[in-house]
Amino acid sequence: MVQRNPGLTIFCHIVLFLGAAAVCMPLYFAFVAGSLTTAEVQQTPFPWLPGAHFIDNIATAWNEEDFSRLYINSIIVTAGIVVGKIIISLIAAFAVTYFRFAFRMTAFWLIFISLMLPVEVRIIPTYEAVADAAGPVRWFASATGLSGLVESLTGYRLEAALQWNLVNTYGGLILPLIASASATFLFRQFFLTIPDELCEAARIDGAGPLKFFWDVLLPLSRANIAALSIILFLYGWNQYLWPLLFTTDKSMATVMLGLKNLIPVADAAPAWNIAMAGAFFVMLPPAAIILLMQRWFAKGLVDAGK
Amino acid sequence: MLASDAITNREDAATRPPTGFKAWTRRLVPVASDAGLKSAHFRKPGIAVWLLAPQLLILLFFFFIPSWKALSLAFVQVDPFGGTVLFVGLDNFTRLFASASYRSSAVLTFWFTIIQNVATLSIAGLLAFATDQVIRGRFVYKSVILLPYAIAPVISGVLWAFLFNPTVGPMAQFLHSLGLPWDPNRRPFDAQVLITVAAVWKHVCYDYIFMVAALLAVPQSLIEAAALDGARPVRRFFTVSLPIIAPTIFFLVVMNFTYGLFDTFAIIDAVTKGGPGGATNTLVYKVYQDGFVLLDLGSSAAQSIILMALAIVFTILQFRAIERKVNYQV
Repeated sequence: MVQRNPGLTIFCHIVLFLGAAAVCMPLYFAFVAGSLTTAEVQQTPFPWLPGAHFIDNIATAWNEEDFSRLYINSIIVTAGIVVGKIIISLIAAFAVTYFRFAFRMTAFWLIFISLMLPVEVRIIPTYEAVADAAGPVRWFASATGLSGLVESLTGYRLEAALQWNLVNTYGGLILPLIASASATFLFRQFFLTIPDELCEAARIDGAGPLKFFWDVLLPLSRANIAALSIILFLYGWNQYLWPLLFTTDKSMATVMLGLKNLIPVADAAPAWNIAMAGAFFVMLPPAAIILLMQRWFAKGLVDAGK
Repeated sequence: MLASDAITNREDAATRPPTGFKAWTRRLVPVASDAGLKSAHFRKPGIAVWLLAPQLLILLFFFFIPSWKALSLAFVQVDPFGGTVLFVGLDNFTRLFASASYRSSAVLTFWFTIIQNVATLSIAGLLAFATDQVIRGRFVYKSVILLPYAIAPVISGVLWAFLFNPTVGPMAQFLHSLGLPWDPNRRPFDAQVLITVAAVWKHVCYDYIFMVAALLAVPQSLIEAAALDGARPVRRFFTVSLPIIAPTIFFLVVMNFTYGLFDTFAIIDAVTKGGPGGATNTLVYKVYQDGFVLLDLGSSAAQSIILMALAIVFTILQFRAIERKVNYQV
């Protein structure tokens, strides 16, 4: 044990206190602003202590943008991202680590090349892909002459039937965000560390691949799944760019877009108190998750970076 | 090739330090067909296909086809109503590099990511060092400093936009009382400072988590040996801990660049919308502006291609950082 230097310890406490204060300062002022009336929030100098209207402002903000609906949307989209991505990644990682088949390496590289390009850099083409998800199928049908064949046989126009617009749907908000291999990569790395004896023992006992997956791999992966769920929850809840592009209908927007609409623009009345009260209930779910599950989350995040 | 050979090869590769570019590409790209396959495995291709199908289909529709379209759009000219498509070769790129607004956006992005990177790393490093020294209250400090990780970039933007709002913001009032003419809606430099502060505030926690974990993993025996040799805590940090956690820092530098380039979109959209006069129009924000607001699809696609190239470079660096992290562990 190295002897501690009391002067240094005090210095470190000061540094940490200042760091924590820097984190809390915007949140505290947001709370103060959220508890004032619109007139009070514009006074100079800005008050240091909170007012009495926090609950009123929360109610106003909640009703102004129909947050009941937005909250449900956000919950559905976030749950879809978490569950969808974890299931898809688990089974894909299982397939590439535990099965021998032709084109295994091709499948591996098709999946992992998607780590290369974050969604932000292919904004417009992805928008087109979501607005017309059946487009490639239609193109394939007409290029192979399939649609002409179907039309001459049955008089049924395949082009007209193959329309699948995902704008303003939950599918459009969820699917592009789970089209990445980050979770698959994590599960693959984890599966490679599992002792081979487990699989051999399962096979000797007569278990098929699906039984092995369900009874052995899944219970072993529980900690990884929990940590990844937290990270994906934060990722899904805090999405901004995709919902902004993919929803033109207000009833399909998420809480982040609702909050954005509460921010006063140049000509409107500066209702910052409403916007700040709104910010509080929008960040409540992820903040609660971080505070309650800190240990899981910190471990999972560091593991994900390995 | 026997399955067991594949296993021994992989272990060899993992224990042997990589030498040069060729060695790490070999580890990065498992060429042998059994690489990454468990030696105890199944031979049921039918099941494997069904397990892989969901992932591959989603990637096909929402990754490969869009990426291919982005590539092809960059070489054509489309009128805003989508009526005519004209092949123009590299015109979009030459037009882009000739445009003053793109060059100023690139310069801005360069400085923004560098300053953000240095500030985030130094603050996170200082806090992680302090966390490593204290025992009492460590859990509370950690919980509070981690909090911004839960907060969406757009909320971070809104909070700081309010604090520094020139008419109502408390911090802006403080700056005004010092006699500074603070106004991020009109003064380009103020707007750039504001988005940098918001971006750093949101991202310090990420670097902090990794640095705390890395410092915790530094072997106590090395610290004690240095202490016996008479090295004081600060010196021990710079001469013992820092070299050991250097691979983590390299990884974080890459991640900070990726964050600064791509993930700050929401902050900019919430705080400045790229203004005033394009002063905070970073490369990612410009792709969105030119494509969705100005409807110049060809130029936007060409910009996407350039960003894709940058993203690929950063991903390769990130893989390399992960690999170095493994090799440096004591």
